[in-house]
Amino acid sequence: MARRPTAVQIAYIVWTGSFIPLGDRALTVDLSDADDVPVRGVVRALATRLATDAPRGVTALVPAVQSLTIHYDPQLTSYDTLRDHVDAAFATLEILRESQAEPIVIPVCYGGEFGPDLTDVAAAHHTSPDAIVAAHVDGLYTVAMIGFLPGFPYLEGLAPTLHTPRRSTPRTAVPAGSVGIGGGSTGVYPFTSPGGWHIIGRTPRALFAPQRQRPSLLQTGDRVRFVAITPAALRSLMEQP
Amino acid sequence: MIRVRQPGVQTTVQDLGRPTWQHVGVPVGGAMDAQAHRIANLLIGNAHDAATLECALGGVALQFTTTALVALAGRDISASLDGTPIGPWRAIRVERGAVLALHTGCRTTIAIAGGIDVPVVLNARGTSLRAAFGGWQGRALRRDDELPIGRPSALADRIREHLVDARRTIASWGAGPDLVPAYAGAPTVRIIEGPQLAELDDASRALLLDATFRLAPDSDRMGYRLAGHALSLRTPREMVSSGVTAGTIQLPPGGAPIVLMADRQTTGGYPRLGDVITVDLPLLAQLRAGDSVRFALTTLEEAQSHYRRTEHELSRAQRAVQLRFAAGADGTY
Repeated sequence: MARRPTAVQIAYIVWTGSFIPLGDRALTVDLSDADDVPVRGVVRALATRLATDAPRGVTALVPAVQSLTIHYDPQLTSYDTLRDHVDAAFATLEILRESQAEPIVIPVCYGGEFGPDLTDVAAAHHTSPDAIVAAHVDGLYTVAMIGFLPGFPYLEGLAPTLHTPRRSTPRTAVPAGSVGIGGGSTGVYPFTSPGGWHIIGRTPRALFAPQRQRPSLLQTGDRVRFVAITPAALRSLMEQP
Repeated sequence: MIRVRQPGVQTTVQDLGRPTWQHVGVPVGGAMDAQAHRIANLLIGNAHDAATLECALGGVALQFTTTALVALAGRDISASLDGTPIGPWRAIRVERGAVLALHTGCRTTIAIAGGIDVPVVLNARGTSLRAAFGGWQGRALRRDDELPIGRPSALADRIREHLVDARRTIASWGAGPDLVPAYAGAPTVRIIEGPQLAELDDASRALLLDATFRLAPDSDRMGYRLAGHALSLRTPREMVSSGVTAGTIQLPPGGAPIVLMADRQTTGGYPRLGDVITVDLPLLAQLRAGDSVRFALTTLEEAQSHYRRTEHELSRAQRAVQLRFAAGADGTY
């Protein structure tokens, strides 16, 4: 998670989260009530702290948009021990500022056979496909969460003029590399899978490749930009997962 | 090597999954019935995370091109070795060329001494079906697949030698009732309260904790859909996605609860009614479509105490097998 360490202390935080047991081998630190602090920064800061100073028995840390789930082995630690550990961590937690590292650039071939919903999205917003592409390329996005599929990024930062409700009927097979818009999020399907987002283009980048040293191209907190490429470039750049 | 003569409904290579990759969205996966997987492994001298085969229902036939030592585990198993009936929870000696047939079952583990020797991907050998990696070529087995077997442990060799010396195919000892989950066709599984249980309307809460649900046919390794009663919150609400786990009971807007199973996503965005406790997950794993299930509330403390006891029984059983077949011992008490 601390892939490009850019931790800068901006403030000690007053925490108003809560602990929720998630079965007998996990707990969720829920920060959804922490309205007065930048929640995403708190989640990342806590995840980074616990990843570097992991209490014994922690088996996985799963950051989400407003929470961090801690999976653990009850033979090695306990709910109370972990709750105390997180409480103690909060006493000195520094909120991580948004990453200042260069955004990761994802090339996308928009429209046509690779973006079958681009014209529908344009029609829904009473504009042209080119205007949709221009607005999508113009955005600077942040990975709010990785989920749904290995390496699938939920990207924040979609221009409000591009927000589009999900398709009324999900597709049974969205091709790997498809770039979609679902509600107020945009994202990329790492694998061919069922999906209900509007597909506006396709990237040749492999979002997730299990054999790679870093299997997931993106991590929570990374910044992302899209650039438009031609169909010929898409074909020549295609990566295999 | 194992040659797949008949692959059955869905047979996959499984182990204990990939818990450490959840932060980048990798489903944990692994055996649906981890207890059955671990017991089968310990009976034949395997490490508890050795890769086994998990067979949904039946119709599986496997031919062995070498001698082997195997064990079956699961509920309602009907199986044979070259036509002679064999049962679960015991080590079984297999001769070169023999055919092991699983006629019927629920979710049967077939463990082979040495484990299924497929490459380790992201720290595990289990099959990730949706992302198509791990296991055997990232997919369920097909006819004529040829699976490599790893080198059996010294313990496995001694167990096998004792069977040969005793002229037995099936071991006279096996996993007892202390170890084997209390499988049933209509089990009651215990749950820990989830954050939205208190938001169910009164009728729905009573149904969840008293009524019998049926397992819907579109249930799979990702999730079990429960049919029979629709549940509703007093006030519908939108959730923000957060981490989920094996056994999490989600309530989608349609009102039919879903229990998340081995191949679940790492995060979920529906209200959570509760989580099935770890020691009762095997009971769910061994249900077939149409089987019944009921839910009962328990506490985190109770659940973890059962979990620790089960882990203790498993290590005790493992030590018992090691002691019984310690190098130099003659295999009798």
